[in-house]
Amino acid sequence: MIEAKLVENILWIGLRSATPLLLAALGEIYAERSGILNLGVEGMMAVGALSSFATALVTGNPWLGVLIGMLSGGLLAMIHGAISIGLKGNQVVSGLALTMFGLGLSSVLGRVYVGNQLPVEARFLPKPVEPLSSIPVLGRVLFDQDPLFYISLLLALVMWFLLYRTKYGIIIRSTGENPAAVDAMGISVNRVRYLSTLIGGVLAGLAGAYLSVAYNPAWIENMTAGRGWIALALVIFSLWDPIRALLGSYLFGVVEASGYTLQAYGYSQWLLNGLPYLLTIIILTLGATESMRRRMGAPAALGRPYEREER
Amino acid sequence: MTRASNGEPLVRMEGIVKRFPGVLANDHVDFELLPGEIHALLGENGAGKTTLMNILYGIYQPDEGQIFVKGRRVRIRSPRDAIRLGIGMVHQHFLLVDKHTVAENLAMGYAKSFLNPLREVKARIRDFTERYGIQVDPDAYIWQLSVGEQQKVEIVKALYAGADILILDEPTSVLTPQEARDLFNVLRRMREDGKGIVFITHKLSEVFEVADRVTVMRRGKVVGTLRVEEATKEALARMMVGRDVVFELERTPGRPGEPVLEVRDLTVLGDRGREAVRGVSFEVREGEIFGIAGVAGNGQRELVQAIVGLRRVKSGSVRVTGVDATNRSPREIAELGVGHIPEERLKFGIVPDMSVAENSVLKSYYRPPYRKGLLLDYGEIRRTAESLINEYEIAVPSPDTRARLLSGGNMQKLIVGREIRRDPKLIVASNPTFGLDVGATEYIRKLLLRKRDERKAILLVSGDLDEVIQLSDRIAVMFEGRFVGIVRPEEVTREEIGLMMSGSEVLP
Repeated sequence: MIEAKLVENILWIGLRSATPLLLAALGEIYAERSGILNLGVEGMMAVGALSSFATALVTGNPWLGVLIGMLSGGLLAMIHGAISIGLKGNQVVSGLALTMFGLGLSSVLGRVYVGNQLPVEARFLPKPVEPLSSIPVLGRVLFDQDPLFYISLLLALVMWFLLYRTKYGIIIRSTGENPAAVDAMGISVNRVRYLSTLIGGVLAGLAGAYLSVAYNPAWIENMTAGRGWIALALVIFSLWDPIRALLGSYLFGVVEASGYTLQAYGYSQWLLNGLPYLLTIIILTLGATESMRRRMGAPAALGRPYEREER
Repeated sequence: MTRASNGEPLVRMEGIVKRFPGVLANDHVDFELLPGEIHALLGENGAGKTTLMNILYGIYQPDEGQIFVKGRRVRIRSPRDAIRLGIGMVHQHFLLVDKHTVAENLAMGYAKSFLNPLREVKARIRDFTERYGIQVDPDAYIWQLSVGEQQKVEIVKALYAGADILILDEPTSVLTPQEARDLFNVLRRMREDGKGIVFITHKLSEVFEVADRVTVMRRGKVVGTLRVEEATKEALARMMVGRDVVFELERTPGRPGEPVLEVRDLTVLGDRGREAVRGVSFEVREGEIFGIAGVAGNGQRELVQAIVGLRRVKSGSVRVTGVDATNRSPREIAELGVGHIPEERLKFGIVPDMSVAENSVLKSYYRPPYRKGLLLDYGEIRRTAESLINEYEIAVPSPDTRARLLSGGNMQKLIVGREIRRDPKLIVASNPTFGLDVGATEYIRKLLLRKRDERKAILLVSGDLDEVIQLSDRIAVMFEGRFVGIVRPEEVTREEIGLMMSGSEVLP
């Protein structure tokens, strides 16, 4: 019985810690599918976390917090968009800069909040959905969660459908594969890319908001703790597919949760805490080489600015 | 020929001028396209044909001049404007998404329904198949299609957008002769439908085969427009080149000696990890030109890269002058006496932003006399460059000019000169005259023949079937990674080689 309780606990925490990973990965999948690599996920999450925390603290309304978090994530993404789409700059450099900027900003502005706790009414709390929540084990895991959890689940399905079953999905995927072909159809490559990058930023902001308004009870320094990078690894792990990102993020989340939970049983906490990051490093390394990426099906034009051929 | 009752031109371009930095690409060009005609736009590379049509398609903006489409004066600012005016263009490089299906490629731009956009697209594709005889499978992935099939997708794309003006940029350069004939049939059916077709080409024979009228361009200007019945091959060639052209190269029979390159059961993977070269064996002897013909993309590139050390050999062996060269580094292979004239010269042949002098020693800078201890002897490097410039008639102001600024022909002469100067026993040449004008093409071809007569072994890979037939002593035809056969040019017809290029075995 203790084992069942333990498993339930690991899964429940696992899905909670998977939610921000999923949200950020979903957004980045759209950005990358359009050909824009945004390594600024971590920074956008950090700023999203801070702005939503502050908003929720001041207004007492978690939804308003989430909205502001999404807006600020989107705003940062537009900086990346302006540099990499508008000015055709180097996307890796711009994305890294965005991460450093976002982390720095959130830690400077967040200093006053360290240790502050959101009042209960300003937070998203898990609420059991009766009677589904009384199903053994899975009941609690799937039906005793906060609203953002359900939203992220729904979002993964909707975003998968949009990407694979609609005209806009075809356009986004084509833009990441061969922007020249899209351009020749009379579709604006830049508009598609700005929009996809914006979606990426908004969802990274939402992921950050989840951390500060639903996941953590109080503001702490370095709230994101590398989750943006894990989300980036997830994008590769999922082969740029929202449904696989859903499964992948739950896997990552459960691995992370096992770390917390198993240390109580005497396993080395350092090793266990390191597991998600180790997994991230392995995936990022595998995905690093050009030929590997091509074989795994990365968007062919990923990271490459599009310019119409002129002489 | 069929001509619509309404004599109004579909397109009229007047006094078009387009300048690029340092080049006058179009110099007061007039051009007219009638409904129900196939109009060939003939000229050498760099004559300004593609530029003119890119202007009509909205890719470039003209600096001067006016465009009328169906009698109305228009400004075409982008391909989107052109499409709206009923203009479609099939580029030389296809603009398709490889990983997507035919239907997806079309749905991206033209589907009306938001959900399930593929269904309506598939129905329309079947329409075009019936109307014009264009066979395409809407569910096939682009990467599965041959180049000829991909071209059909491009044509369907243009038709789908409602084009009644269709521009084709050198459409046959990637096709087998049979595929070209299919294409011509499709074009004829479109002509009967009253569409106007612009057919950009530099091949005279095609003008006579399919066109109703021909406009000849040279150096950015229109030399003249004639009805095809009034034209002769010689007259058109003269208009195109500006002088009389000799169509035949003089070639004495080769006297092959010892094998220099021996390739055994070579298997090489392509970029996508599939086998691009599948168990190919052959040898190239001294004093022989061994040609490899085939439609681009059948493993020729991977084969060459494996031989010169730019791609790993999966299995099999490559021997150069009897020494095992399998999976050695490009430098080691070069040192064995292999010279390489790569395709895509700007990408693989030179370093565009380095000087002509530096480029002339790219493969020998690390040895004396160019290396002196830890430093390079720039005096010696410049002297080498100057001697190349003289010997190969490279038009360049100074050895210090950046190589990027050379014309295609001069760039190629620099590469060829650099490779030959190292006195290789084997010369591997990939599409050595691709994109060159008639003069430079003639020069390079003659040079290869002369090197053969000087007992070099030459491996010539070319997508230009005429070039392979003209130069080679033996020809291998490559299809889907294998040699369909090895033949002697005097023993087969062009048609037979064409058939082999599409995979059918013809045993002479």
